[in-house]
Amino acid sequence: MRIGLDVGSTTIKSIVLDDWGKIVYSAYERHFSQITAKTAEALAKVRAAFDKSTPFSLVISGSAGMGMAESCSVDFVQEVYATKVAAEKNAPDTDVIIELGGEDAKIIFLEGAMEARMNGSCAGGTGAFIDQMATLLGITPDEMNDYAKESTKRYTIASRCGVFAKSDIQPLINQGADKRDISASIFHAVVNQTIGGLAQGRAIKGNVLYLGGPLTFMSELRKSFDETLYLEGVCPENSLYFVALGAALCAREQVDLDTVMDKLSQYEAVNEFNTLPALFADQEEYEQFCSRHKQADVAYGTLEGYEGKAYIGIDAGSTTVKAVVMGEDKEILDSTYLSNSGNPVPIVKEYLTEIYRRCPDIQIAGSCVTGYGEDIIKNAFSIDWGLVETMAHLKAAQEFMPDVEFIIDIGGQDMKCFKIHNSAIDNIYLNEACSSGCGSFLQTFAGALGYSAEEFSRMGLFSKNAVDLGSRCTVFMNSSVKQAQKDGVSTEDISAGLSISVVKNAIYKVIRPASMDELGRRIVVQGGTFLNDAVLRAFERELGFPVVRPVIAGLMGAYGCALHARERVELAEGGEKSGIVTRLELENFVHQVKNVHCGRCSNNCLLSVNTFSGGRKYIAGNKCERPVTKQSTDSDHNIYKYKQELLLEYSSIKGRRKEVIGLPLGLNLYEMVPFWHRFFGELGFGVEVSPFSNRELYLSGQYSIPSDTVCFPAKMLHGHIEYLRKKQVDAIFYPCMSFNFDEGLGDNNYNCPVVAYYPEVIAANVKFDGLTILINDYVGPHKRKFFPQKMTELLNRYFTDIDPKQVKRASELAFQEREIFLGKVRSKAAQIIALARKEGRRIIVLAGRPYHVDPEINHGIDMLINGFGVSVISEDSVSHNVSKFPVRVLNQWMYHARLYAAAKYVCTQEDMDLVQLVSFGCGLDAITTDEVRSIIEKGGKIYTQIKIDEITNLGAVKVRLRSLLAALDRQKGPSGSKRIAGGN
Amino acid sequence: MIQKENGARITMAKIKRAKNGRIIFTKEMKRDYTILVPDMLPIHFEIMKYVFLNEGYKIELLRTAKPEIKQLGLRYVHNDTCYPALLVIGQFLDALESGKYDVNRTALLIMQTGGGCRASNYIHLLRKALEKAGYNQVPVISFNLSGVEYNSGFSLTLPIIRKCTAGVIYGDLLMLLSNQVKAYEIHKGDANRLIEQWVARITKQFQQSRGFALKAMKENFDRIISSFAKIPMKKVPKVKVGVVGEIYVKYASFANNNLEEFLAEQDCEVMVPGLLGFLMFKVDARIQDVKLYGGSKIKFAVATFLLNYFKKVEKAFMECVDKYPVFTQLSSYEATKPLVDGLIGVGNRMGEGWFLPAEMIELVNHGYENIVCTQPFGCLPTHVCGKGMIHRIKEMYPRANIVPIDYDPGATKVNQENRIKLMLSVAREAMQ
Repeated sequence: MRIGLDVGSTTIKSIVLDDWGKIVYSAYERHFSQITAKTAEALAKVRAAFDKSTPFSLVISGSAGMGMAESCSVDFVQEVYATKVAAEKNAPDTDVIIELGGEDAKIIFLEGAMEARMNGSCAGGTGAFIDQMATLLGITPDEMNDYAKESTKRYTIASRCGVFAKSDIQPLINQGADKRDISASIFHAVVNQTIGGLAQGRAIKGNVLYLGGPLTFMSELRKSFDETLYLEGVCPENSLYFVALGAALCAREQVDLDTVMDKLSQYEAVNEFNTLPALFADQEEYEQFCSRHKQADVAYGTLEGYEGKAYIGIDAGSTTVKAVVMGEDKEILDSTYLSNSGNPVPIVKEYLTEIYRRCPDIQIAGSCVTGYGEDIIKNAFSIDWGLVETMAHLKAAQEFMPDVEFIIDIGGQDMKCFKIHNSAIDNIYLNEACSSGCGSFLQTFAGALGYSAEEFSRMGLFSKNAVDLGSRCTVFMNSSVKQAQKDGVSTEDISAGLSISVVKNAIYKVIRPASMDELGRRIVVQGGTFLNDAVLRAFERELGFPVVRPVIAGLMGAYGCALHARERVELAEGGEKSGIVTRLELENFVHQVKNVHCGRCSNNCLLSVNTFSGGRKYIAGNKCERPVTKQSTDSDHNIYKYKQELLLEYSSIKGRRKEVIGLPLGLNLYEMVPFWHRFFGELGFGVEVSPFSNRELYLSGQYSIPSDTVCFPAKMLHGHIEYLRKKQVDAIFYPCMSFNFDEGLGDNNYNCPVVAYYPEVIAANVKFDGLTILINDYVGPHKRKFFPQKMTELLNRYFTDIDPKQVKRASELAFQEREIFLGKVRSKAAQIIALARKEGRRIIVLAGRPYHVDPEINHGIDMLINGFGVSVISEDSVSHNVSKFPVRVLNQWMYHARLYAAAKYVCTQEDMDLVQLVSFGCGLDAITTDEVRSIIEKGGKIYTQIKIDEITNLGAVKVRLRSLLAALDRQKGPSGSKRIAGGN
Repeated sequence: MIQKENGARITMAKIKRAKNGRIIFTKEMKRDYTILVPDMLPIHFEIMKYVFLNEGYKIELLRTAKPEIKQLGLRYVHNDTCYPALLVIGQFLDALESGKYDVNRTALLIMQTGGGCRASNYIHLLRKALEKAGYNQVPVISFNLSGVEYNSGFSLTLPIIRKCTAGVIYGDLLMLLSNQVKAYEIHKGDANRLIEQWVARITKQFQQSRGFALKAMKENFDRIISSFAKIPMKKVPKVKVGVVGEIYVKYASFANNNLEEFLAEQDCEVMVPGLLGFLMFKVDARIQDVKLYGGSKIKFAVATFLLNYFKKVEKAFMECVDKYPVFTQLSSYEATKPLVDGLIGVGNRMGEGWFLPAEMIELVNHGYENIVCTQPFGCLPTHVCGKGMIHRIKEMYPRANIVPIDYDPGATKVNQENRIKLMLSVAREAMQ
């Protein structure tokens, strides 16, 4: 008898084969991280099922079985290899295997040279990811599958990693999108992730086998794969057991099961983790800690029979809805803290109903709402005011500590930290979409280990050797935890370690203070996550001094809103009655959602139009304010718009030569298109330029992306190449450029390594047929003198009839064209600035790279800023106003030198502020962001950074921009007041 | 927080600053200061250390590898910065904090390649980190061949460059031979013992100003190779694995979670291409720039001179190894160039550039078809020249079995090893 054990990340699968290779036993169970114990148990069950004298051979496989197998001297087989062995036996015609497991995704190509791909360390789980998404929707994975069957449309959900996808889904939920459609969209995202991340240029075709839990249990996921791959894959019998089966097939040497089980019981994993000291020495210390924090409390009243003015504050957060009913003397009459399980509207409705029921004569004088769901709740219930989250939290914190210097709020999904200076917000730090190692992360983990969040965190309080799990994103921490479990670390120590990680993440990743002194000594911490004593303790420990955590830490947003409503009512004497829906209106409350495509621009957003009784309406899913205000943003206030218009002038042209040159509109070509367009045009070539990017374009090129961690603008290029190939241009001209033009702003004029050499990636990963060739030679327009000669040599390699004189002339004109283009952009910026000053608008320098002009890459953030009545210019349109100055980094990249110059310029202009766009995965921006920040802060301005990726959710961006604008208003008086233009 | 040493003490050397505010490493400092250097390749760096000791520098190699170093790096360096920067800076800070060194008489030395990769900025990140941690007084020396920063007390003179080259080549040779012996030696530890002996002998020669002239090198090469050839070995078929990648994580065991050790445990023979090729590639990049885009004749001439010197040394090395067919060696630098024809341009010069895929092909051609391609997570150049090329190389050389592995403070060993094991399973099957 041959035994195969597959010890995976979440389950153990056992298979026993008889001497003829027939499966005579199989078992499948979750191991809840008790790997050694459960493995021994699984073996015991096997032995019990057979006669005592049966000889056994045994092989272990699976990601969690690796170290264990070795130390018990049992043969180990890598799981992908095991899968392959099993497939060769059971489904010999298979060409490609797609296997999704608990936390791994694999594609194995069997046809030809065997090749296997596993998801990288960054690419989120799959089974675990689906589980997490189901939890988010408040349904089981099985239900999700049923829902998906009835879907009618698909939303775009970022497929890059679980955390990103989550932040796309949350707003959909908040906006009232249908669960059926969301479910189907999640499956589609998994499919895209698997294909985009793992196929890496190799086509998936022929006989495809679907293996692993998710693909076995979810018919709709299989269907989604079938549809995307245009084929019909097969999910074979025993699809869960292929790894175990392969392991069994590899089993050769006879073993004594008793000895193995004995060794397993003795197996003590070598713990390679750093341990941290216990959070509390003893119960007494913990009690002291608790009683200290109990002091930060508020007054309470009773809702029933309350007769004064009441104020309602609502915080419709990403995962929870919080609400506070406040009395005249700021006493809390009632409050609630509920999971929003997908849609905040019914929850708020229920709560309001409850208030009216418990206090029928309540006199609501004012109401205010904040949070992700602010807009929908405000419209649905006719709430008086909306408040940006940061302001709500500041108001609440000041109630506990009027001279608060720093506020840290860690909620379910986001982290908001802000520095307070002179009672105004001076600096805002929000977590990036990728580091949401926040409350929901702890919760998910607790769930995965079979505990409630509360239980789980309490377990950590008295852990003796908390493990150091690092301070990176959720996915990374996920596998750290996996390793810790494998190494036999106790759940208590893991719990404490996770709490410490959350804290380190906040401090070192989000806030990044030069020293702890920068935070000040007067700190208020809040948000649901800080109700977790382990997190709070770890935080105080890391800081080295005590902080204030209000007892109502989880309600602070709502509390701040109620305070705001109260303040507004007090200020505007009179206004005694809130416009909030009355009891009667609430009884007849109706909420309908209709989905339509916007169609007002090329984005063509899928809008969810929410209508409520009384004719109130709320539109969600829009990237800009156009469908709401019906106004277009125009290039008079927006240089991004202007640059797009300008680039459209370089469209397709016919030439006197028969060859057509294709220029992909991506990366550095965003700025080089005028140059090359003119160059080839002058030489008589036809020119074809690819259009602005969109989602379809991206997906069309996704299959050939070799590195899934490269920046999104680079990945986008694959789509542009596909476009030009479909156009059957004769040659795609996409040259390598180590150097860019020297604008005299830096010490050197390099391009970033990705911008410089991405053409090589295209050449090595896209197959070019006979119709189109790729010209990706190295060119150096920075050496203007040598350029014509070098270009002549280059063109002669590909074309006949190249006249050196003509090349020389075309080169000259190309250089001129570039100057004209840049000149136009600069003078337009000057016009925008002048107009803004005339109209008293604020100006924001949206600083990134030339390719951030692409609407699919910037996601319409320029228009969003315009929507706030603020004018937008770009880094390259003002950088020429500054001459070279010393920076504290090696200033060697041309695009980045512009960033520093723009930052410097902004500091000289009173009505200007800078927002830096950073593409996720941009390594150079790890260097530039710190430097730009320090230039900006030295100039007394607020630095704002926005990280962008495939992600299409602008909710977090909106919060950030609104916070910035609100902070600026508080610093300098309300927006719209006359401002004095800075000298220039 | 790092505790600053309290009570100001007067430093012996006066602190002079350059225009951008950095501290210049002066001649007086050369006399008084200990210079800390992060280790990357234990054999090479140990030998090169003596080059500088003999020149009157007080140099010390940092070989610390505690987990706290990562934490320090994460605390003082932007977390999205590449892993090597994080480790090296963490290692420096850890040393300054250890109390082992007088922080008022310690300088730090860091490599600056001067190319378009982020690595050129490590030195500035280090200075920022020092400032944050309260070590404003510690001078940082840039070790570079492109004249990026000038220090009156530290200069790479031609004799030093010559001696360092010798150090590199001895290191390359010892690494090459020992790797081919270790997997098969009958008495475990024979190769390591020889390495120790030879390092001692070579450094002794260096102290006596011997051992770096071409002729002396050739003699040493011969003796070294014959001594390794005498180690009794039992040649059994083993999986042969090549290691390539970003220079620091490829070589530094601290960064790659003891990759070579792991591969040895998995019963593999390991080939790690030497350092000289990389240096030649870096020098050649300047020549290629001029060829591709036009430019200064002087720079061209200087680079050509240096490259030719390297080639001469390389030739001597290769001729000596050739005499012993029991040892495999990779082709000369110049011979690798045609290998990447139609794959990647030789103008690709940032980071490891075209030389990385060339090394992969070289390894495949010499029987090391199984390759671990190491890179820091999010490394920019290797998106192109590492991961970006694998697909095509596999098409061109179907036997190639390459696995890219990302290294990062958050990446776990279990994940990395699992992927390497998959590569090894494929390799073992191909062997049967």
